[in-house]
Amino acid sequence: MIELHLPWIELMILLPLCGAAVVSRIRDPVAARQSALVFTGLALFFAVGAWLDFDLTVDTSRYHAAEDRGLFQTRLIGREVFTIDQLSAPLLPLVALLFFLTTITTLRTKIRRFSFVLTLVSEAILLATFACREPWVIIAGLAMGTAPPYLELRARGEATRAYVAHLGLFVVLLVVGWSIVEWEGSTATHSLWAIGPLLLAVMIRSGIAPFHCWMIDLFDRATFGTALLFVTPSAGAYAAIRLVWEIAPNGVLLGLGIMSLVTAVYAAGMALIQREGRRFFCYLFLSHSALVLVGLETTTSLGLTGSLCVWLAVGFSLAGFGLTMRALEARRGRLSLAEYQGLYDHTPNLAMCFLLTGLASVGFPGTLGFVGMELLVDGAVEAYPLIGVAVVVAAALSGIAVLHAYFRIFTGTHYFSTISLKIGVRERYAVLTLAALILLGGLVPQPGVHSRHLAAEELLKDRAKALGELVVAAEHVGHEEIVE
Amino acid sequence: MNYEIWIEKIGLAVIFAPLLMLAALGITSLVGLPLNERRIGQVMQLTILTGLIAALTVLGLMLWCDTRHVTVNLGNWVSIPQHYHFEIKFVFDRLSVPFVVLTFLLCGTIGKFATRYMHRERGFNRFFVFFSLFVMGMTVTSLADTIETLFFGWELVGLSSALLVAFFHERPAPVRNGLRVWSVYRVSDAALLIASIALHRMTGEGDFDRLLGMNSWPEGVAQLTQQQALTVGVLLLVAAAGKSALVPFSGWLPRAMEGPTPSSAVFYGALSVHLGAFLLLRVSPIYDLSPWLCAATVAMGAVTAVYASFTVQVQTDIKSALSFASLTQVGIIVAEIGLIPLIVLVLGAVGLGEWAERLAVAKMLRYLCLVHLLGHACLRTLQFLRAPTLLLDYHTLENAIGDHLPRTALPRRENAPAAASARWYRLALERGYLDALLGDFIVAPFLKLLARCERGERAWLKFLNGNSDADRAEKPAAKGVLEDYL
Repeated sequence: MIELHLPWIELMILLPLCGAAVVSRIRDPVAARQSALVFTGLALFFAVGAWLDFDLTVDTSRYHAAEDRGLFQTRLIGREVFTIDQLSAPLLPLVALLFFLTTITTLRTKIRRFSFVLTLVSEAILLATFACREPWVIIAGLAMGTAPPYLELRARGEATRAYVAHLGLFVVLLVVGWSIVEWEGSTATHSLWAIGPLLLAVMIRSGIAPFHCWMIDLFDRATFGTALLFVTPSAGAYAAIRLVWEIAPNGVLLGLGIMSLVTAVYAAGMALIQREGRRFFCYLFLSHSALVLVGLETTTSLGLTGSLCVWLAVGFSLAGFGLTMRALEARRGRLSLAEYQGLYDHTPNLAMCFLLTGLASVGFPGTLGFVGMELLVDGAVEAYPLIGVAVVVAAALSGIAVLHAYFRIFTGTHYFSTISLKIGVRERYAVLTLAALILLGGLVPQPGVHSRHLAAEELLKDRAKALGELVVAAEHVGHEEIVE
Repeated sequence: MNYEIWIEKIGLAVIFAPLLMLAALGITSLVGLPLNERRIGQVMQLTILTGLIAALTVLGLMLWCDTRHVTVNLGNWVSIPQHYHFEIKFVFDRLSVPFVVLTFLLCGTIGKFATRYMHRERGFNRFFVFFSLFVMGMTVTSLADTIETLFFGWELVGLSSALLVAFFHERPAPVRNGLRVWSVYRVSDAALLIASIALHRMTGEGDFDRLLGMNSWPEGVAQLTQQQALTVGVLLLVAAAGKSALVPFSGWLPRAMEGPTPSSAVFYGALSVHLGAFLLLRVSPIYDLSPWLCAATVAMGAVTAVYASFTVQVQTDIKSALSFASLTQVGIIVAEIGLIPLIVLVLGAVGLGEWAERLAVAKMLRYLCLVHLLGHACLRTLQFLRAPTLLLDYHTLENAIGDHLPRTALPRRENAPAAASARWYRLALERGYLDALLGDFIVAPFLKLLARCERGERAWLKFLNGNSDADRAEKPAAKGVLEDYL
């Protein structure tokens, strides 16, 4: 495997860990935020560096993955663990950007409640997880990643049983499932005893109904920032691709696809009736993350490309949406959708960002999610001709939910405030960055689509190899691709 | 001289002028440096005038060199080899050019009107940002030569419409009505998207040129079977019904009058409300294949016209009255679109006359629908713009004479029993109970089911967490120190 020019990935993971150690010794919350900002910023720098190094210098027609030029891996472990490929290349900067923007937009009203140490640790674990292809390392990363939110819930004195029950089961199922996979050996078809637990684990982590309640509970009980960072990168989708997708037969994926479709429509409908801002956001996210899984399970190039595009678009847009809501919460406390708040005159920039990111998440034309959604819809209908139309229904309901929330939060009355609620400088930069990414990605989508298509083709080849098939029969599409 | 190349180049100006307006107003608002009223007016007038002159020049050139169909292909916006392509293509033909000229004319007029009408209004900049979004959407929809491009513009028109209905957002009523408009539009958008997908699945094409034949409008021949035409046609009819407020979606139209008068004029008098009819005209060759589709269209249009003419009689405010009057005509236009090919198909089925001659005449009669649409748009725009000053004039006259102006009494139905009259009056006042029916039989059961699921989830979480303080909404937000708020 080819190596990158610099140890980008190692540094990208080590810096947040070092940052956590540094920040843990700082008592002043403002200083802690400043330090955390530096370390998340550096992690972002190295994540972008890794992506550019891979994209611009690696000949992707010959190499579909690259190793990190490790400083410590070989000395400590004896081999290179961290890799970057077409799938993970843009995901690493996305994750790093989310953490950076969350840190930068943490207002003073929240810095005492939001743990920067746990955030940095989470970032390191998540980046390490996304930079791996080895199943056990991914499982370890996913398992460790469940700890920081749990620790925060304990520190806040909140009930943890729902979270522990679901995520504990998630970890156990991952371990059991992969153990059985390894025990069965490198066979073309694995039994349901192996695939079943893995599938169930993915469903829990991704919040597929009826295993989604823990996510709503997490948003209710944890800080908004922690919950946002735990769910928005869609680690469940990553687990689905790396652990399940390559070995699961088409029938199993079809079943998961149908459950994901049902979840997408159900969650979009539930978002419509919510009276609390956080629960609304959670259901909106559940709907979109389910759509990502729908595309993954089509096992066609078009559907997979659409899914990977939507994954990125949802990551950016819903993160921005969540950060906007978090900024509003920092000013008003928990947002209620039961009555009109009338915040527009005080926070017009946040209103604009809310609308833009919300509409981008439902694939509005001119925004980042539009083309991805088109591809996903085409792919879903190709795979599930009649019920694939449910994707359109889910998007329509989500669109109504977004505007309903916008009207409730920003309009309907005039809000009188004795202090200024205007957007701060840091928030303005974060808002503008996200807006620029969403609009640029929407107006010039071809580079992103091309990159996701290459990733989709690589995934299809890997799946064909894993299933030991010379000819991949896409059963529910009815055409054949010859795979080397 | 190759006039087609000139038409293509000038055609780009038609497309990019509104885009420039949207970029200028949108980006300055986004970065927190909105333009002042004067600059906004100048940008708006300059770009719309540019677009109008370009459109008229294209029209002139097409008439001069007797060209009836010119496409401007901006290439593939997105392409996945062998799998997918999203082509951005525009067409200048006998349907799109008159409509885009009308768009620029009316938008320019109403824009100029709005610079005075909205003077010193708090949301002046916001109004024109949404207005520019609307103009962009209308231009793209009018000139679209692929169903994907049309969908792009369709969505922009829908969003700008909903946001302008909710323009006076300090009050809850406009906001509620804006949400209702948006909800109906989302149904319409979903239908259009499903139609687009269906077309791709059936024919592998979304390009109107290939789908409806290479002949220019209205002489295209649809490349579909009868069943395919019916399926796609019904979906497009639902999409058109939502956008043009046809029955059963008519409830949103009077509610949309909450917006400022300029937006009411341009959206619901002139352009947006006719977009459904425009869509049906664009795909009119499909109607030649399916009598059932024609019948459904005629029925929907006729019912809408009857409903609107019935309801308009009890309206107590001028804008609602105008909106229903507008709806009456839109219903008639839609009925015309379906009626003409239906007559041809029926005559052909019973073996009367030559197919070709009737088809040729029938296709020419589509111009009737277009002329009706254009004329009605102009008339209704005038009436909407005149409405506020009309009432002012009435009050001025009444103040001058010191008495009410004489009013023409409505014809009384001498033989109608009082109870029946009261019921008809109530039916008209409640606008046919359409909103109530949709709400009670479709929306409410759906929301009740979801509310039940919500209660179930909360109970399940309460059980999982051991009945500990499950309802976070009742817990007050954590309070920080005072300095945190400074």
